[in-house]
Amino acid sequence: MAEKDLEKIFQDKVDNEIKIEPKDWMPDAYRKTLIRQISQHAHSEIVGMLPEANWITRAPSLTRKVALLAKVQDEAGHGLYLYSSCETLGIERDDTIEDLHSGKAKYSSIFNYPTLTWADIGAIGWLVDGAAIMNQVPLCRCSYGPYSRAMIRVCKEESFHQRQGFSIMLKMANGTAEQKRMAQDAINRWWWPALKMFGPSDSDSEHSAQSMKWKIKRFSNDELRQRFLDMTVPQCHLLGCEVPDPDLKFNESTGHWEMGEIDWEEFWNVVKGKGKCNRQRLKARKGAYDKGEWVRDAALAYAEKKRQRKAASVAA
Amino acid sequence: MSNKKNWPLWEVFVRSKAGLNHRHSGSLHAADAEMALEMARDVYTRRSEGVSIWVVESKSIKASDPDNKDSLFEPANDKIYRHPTFYDLPDEVKHM
Repeated sequence: MAEKDLEKIFQDKVDNEIKIEPKDWMPDAYRKTLIRQISQHAHSEIVGMLPEANWITRAPSLTRKVALLAKVQDEAGHGLYLYSSCETLGIERDDTIEDLHSGKAKYSSIFNYPTLTWADIGAIGWLVDGAAIMNQVPLCRCSYGPYSRAMIRVCKEESFHQRQGFSIMLKMANGTAEQKRMAQDAINRWWWPALKMFGPSDSDSEHSAQSMKWKIKRFSNDELRQRFLDMTVPQCHLLGCEVPDPDLKFNESTGHWEMGEIDWEEFWNVVKGKGKCNRQRLKARKGAYDKGEWVRDAALAYAEKKRQRKAASVAA
Repeated sequence: MSNKKNWPLWEVFVRSKAGLNHRHSGSLHAADAEMALEMARDVYTRRSEGVSIWVVESKSIKASDPDNKDSLFEPANDKIYRHPTFYDLPDEVKHM
């Protein structure tokens, strides 16, 4: 069949909400876009463990500690679901990881900010996971079957992340003067980076239009950002904290909150590697991978030895 | 493609409760079947999603080709007499 016909069949399926599965024909650019997006999503889950892991041993109580451990473990799991679904597109796990380590593949810039106090763990769960959920819920309906199934699983698990974060914020915001100060300080530092997680404005987003047509993406960056803002501002007020945006105002006629200008220069700087923790994060990832190499090799050698022994005993 | 020797890929099937089929959950890399089972426990059943797990090396699965979907499944399409609604019976017939 001619490429043009195959492409039409493909687009018809997408238009009719029929999922594309790994062995189905798909345009090369669709495959490439998905590999880029899913692998970067996977990297984000894995790198995302680092800022929080910083606080596991410093959690203020055993309950907070087990909850944080469970959350970080979930993120490892989410990274694994995503790497697996990426592999269904014909790329090896190692190649995607190599791209992360070489800097060719990105991960969400949000993880290049430091976690300075315990309140940051609250702010991350509430704002960062909140923004991630806002992005991920529409991905559950993504046209690519394995990605959509991974996202359904991720979203099911992630609502606990946001609730545990908000519960930390509530405790801090209603605590001592010093705790309140820490809560506000964490909001001040995480508010804008969380809003930037939705990506550049629609007018500057290079992949948006095509991804919408392929139903990889369902809503524009700005639409999702607006939803997040409308949902989150009242939550911040409920904490008795201030939104660090002097231009924030409620528009009575539209019923929406309106934010001030986003500092995109800062965003691009972090994307390009100039954030506070970019180098530290990559070094930690590379270090973990390199130091784990002998374990992976040993496990493989042991499995091979067991297989040979079993074969020998069957033969004998 | 990387030339390193990697842990093979396994497909994971989980029975969520007694009485239901094992259902595909996803895949993972592991050195051998025992390790695949342990990892499947951690990756796919962190919230009591299962009572039993199967793992099978992905390369052992033979899958039908989606390009042959039409010819493969076509023979069933015109056999409407395999369905109960094909048979017109008088209304007086009960319990059938």
